[in-house]
Amino acid sequence: MDLSLSEKETAFRNELLDWLAANPSGQPSGPGQDEQFEHRRAWQRRLASGGWSAVHWPVEHGGRAASLTESAIFFEEIARAGAPLPANVLGLLLAGPTLMQCGTPEQRDRFLQPIVTGDEIWCQGFSEPEAGSDLASLRTRAVLDGDTWVLNGQKLWTSYARYARWCMCLARSDTDAPKHKGLTYFLLDMKQEGVRVRPLRDITGAAHFNEVFLDNALVPRDLVLGGVGNGWRTALTTLSNERSGLAFFHQVQMRQLLDRLAAVAVARGSFADLRVKDALGELYTRVEALRLTAYRGLATIERHGQPGPESAVTKLMWSATNQQLTQLAVDVLGPDALQEGPGWGYELLRSKGNSIEGGTTEILKSTVAERVLSLPRSR
Amino acid sequence: MHFALTDDQREIKQTARALLAERCSAARVAEHADGRGHDSQLWDELVGLGWPALGVPEEHGGLGLGVVEAMCLADELGGALASVPYLGTAAAALLIRGAGSADQKRAWLPRLANGEVLGTFGMARDGQGELVPEGTRADLIVLVEKGRAKLLTPATAKVEPVDTIDRTRRYAKVTGEGESLPDDAALPAARVSVLVAAEMVGLCQRTLDMTVAYVKDRRQFERPVGAFQAVAHRCADMLVDVEAARSLVYGAAWAADVAPGTLARSAALAMAYVGDAARRVTSSAVQAHGGIGFTWESGLHWWLRRAQLDAVLVGAPGHHRQRVADAFTGDVS
Ligand SMILES: Cc1cc2nc3c(=O)[nH]c(=O)nc-3n(C[C@H](O)[C@H](O)[C@H](O)COP(=O)(O)OP(=O)(O)OC[C@H]3O[C@@H](n4cnc5c(N)ncnc54)[C@H](O)[C@@H]3O)c2cc1C
Repeated sequence: MDLSLSEKETAFRNELLDWLAANPSGQPSGPGQDEQFEHRRAWQRRLASGGWSAVHWPVEHGGRAASLTESAIFFEEIARAGAPLPANVLGLLLAGPTLMQCGTPEQRDRFLQPIVTGDEIWCQGFSEPEAGSDLASLRTRAVLDGDTWVLNGQKLWTSYARYARWCMCLARSDTDAPKHKGLTYFLLDMKQEGVRVRPLRDITGAAHFNEVFLDNALVPRDLVLGGVGNGWRTALTTLSNERSGLAFFHQVQMRQLLDRLAAVAVARGSFADLRVKDALGELYTRVEALRLTAYRGLATIERHGQPGPESAVTKLMWSATNQQLTQLAVDVLGPDALQEGPGWGYELLRSKGNSIEGGTTEILKSTVAERVLSLPRSR
Repeated sequence: MHFALTDDQREIKQTARALLAERCSAARVAEHADGRGHDSQLWDELVGLGWPALGVPEEHGGLGLGVVEAMCLADELGGALASVPYLGTAAAALLIRGAGSADQKRAWLPRLANGEVLGTFGMARDGQGELVPEGTRADLIVLVEKGRAKLLTPATAKVEPVDTIDRTRRYAKVTGEGESLPDDAALPAARVSVLVAAEMVGLCQRTLDMTVAYVKDRRQFERPVGAFQAVAHRCADMLVDVEAARSLVYGAAWAADVAPGTLARSAALAMAYVGDAARRVTSSAVQAHGGIGFTWESGLHWWLRRAQLDAVLVGAPGHHRQRVADAFTGDVS
């Protein structure tokens, strides 16, 4: 059992820290979402120019073939440096790896490079108004017309759609086949007449996600990913992809929030309140449990070649802990924590999505019960 | 970085599990708990296998292994709820090894390792150990108070039995002058708390396993009760607790062996979480078993009872949360 960095991992970390010190991410040019996104895109370009954009990808596709631990170090250290996630996080963590696993050589040649540089942003068009947790019931229709698929329908909650050039779009290509069998996974060009994106304001007042309307949107035949009718399999590849990098990023971010909160609690004297102290102690404990469980998850992948229970467990722990933390801030800071705008008020509201995005807490618990504990199906 | 047991450590754990599965059935647990007896037959066997010798240095007749390996045994013993004095004996050895004089080590460690001496430990306040496991029959008691430790024997100690709800162990209040250990005992005591926490991880894992097996089997409304989401999600919550607890305990065990500078904090983190997790998981197990879970017969309560005692044995979870808060805010303010 070893929780310390090896020589190679230490060298990786030192090289990264040197690079981060010489290349600070800076600040967005303004408070708006567009400015923030452009900031993240510039940040990704900088990362890419230093060879740090897709650390966990193979070298031939523009990565550095970083190990799982090195990739974890990368996400921890950019968070610690106060830098944002790269703009193309969905391309780097979801689309790219799915293309590597299921794509044709032509698709890989075409798409992977601009994912690394951030020149082409990706979004994930899975959820629909009538298909959320029950994703396989989605209704967007795809009909083949000669060499072109024609898509009609609506996607919902699509993060980054406004900035995206490409969409991982799941649609129904066969209405006669059983629910899971009639789906196809398309690489959809967002910059075309048949695609309309409408920003959707979320609970925070900002528009983190969008509605996407497909009105005779066109996809050439060779931009099907993973085979016609095979969309569910390909989608599962996307969903099961190694996302633990995010757990490491979030874990550090939570720790930073918690440190800020604790510092204020001490400065204001509320740390003397045993309830506050107890709650802070509990949160530090939970954040540390998350960090260590994420590391155990990496060891499981190294040993068994696939993620174990830890990945679902860390998602459940992260969402609950972040919500607990942002709520505690209100108890510690009082109404100051409830001001509109960036800060605790924003964090409180934003955290409410943590138990919904990427699979709701309820769905994850059912998944854990069935897949990890082998309980009978319960839905 | 590879944050998992090594092959050797896994083997220790699996071997222990297999042996205990054979020797320490739930019926046997009940027999000893009901009769308030000890499983001396099993203990003799474990001594023969070198369990108490595991963490004792080779120069003192032990196997010279670390806290991680001892944690593996404590975990499995906690799961099996074996009525054997491993925890106290291993704890006494850790304390003497870490804080004792050369003479004290020579005098006690070989005899703790070969089972001749039954050891135990207790956290003391104002000179009194309030909850000393197996205090009534130990040959050697190490009391720890504010980072200092002292040795007592039945000849020098006043031992008063305490009847607790955990009948798998005989607890006692212990006072007496005793003989001081010269070195600081704070870190050795933190190592002991890792073993206590490991025991709780084991008993959480076992009650989760028993619960999962039960809810797959028990049928109501024409289906296994585990098919009801309220039940399934309860089991998922138990799993989250078990995994989080295990992560923290592994982290503390690793620190105990390799990174003493972070041990105090890691041990506090583990104790802050694990005690409450053990309370939650064992309570959930009872709930998911329905009326059966409330019966004496089911035996589930033996694990719940032990969880309650273990959770306060080296300070209650709230006490450790305060320590965690102090440690971390010391960094930020
Ligand atoms: C911030 C954010 C960003 C997102 N980004 C994207 C994106 O980029 N791309 C994308 O495709 N999607 C995205 N989503 C959508 C997200 O994946 C869905 O919201 C989620 O899967 C839930 O679907 P739903 O909203 O339709 O809720 P529903 O499925 O309608 O669920 C409603 C409630 O019922 C519960 N429920 C549903 N089914 C069950 C069941 N079987 N058992 C128990 N309880 C059940 C749910 O847990 C929930 O509490 C995003 C969501 C959020 C909040």
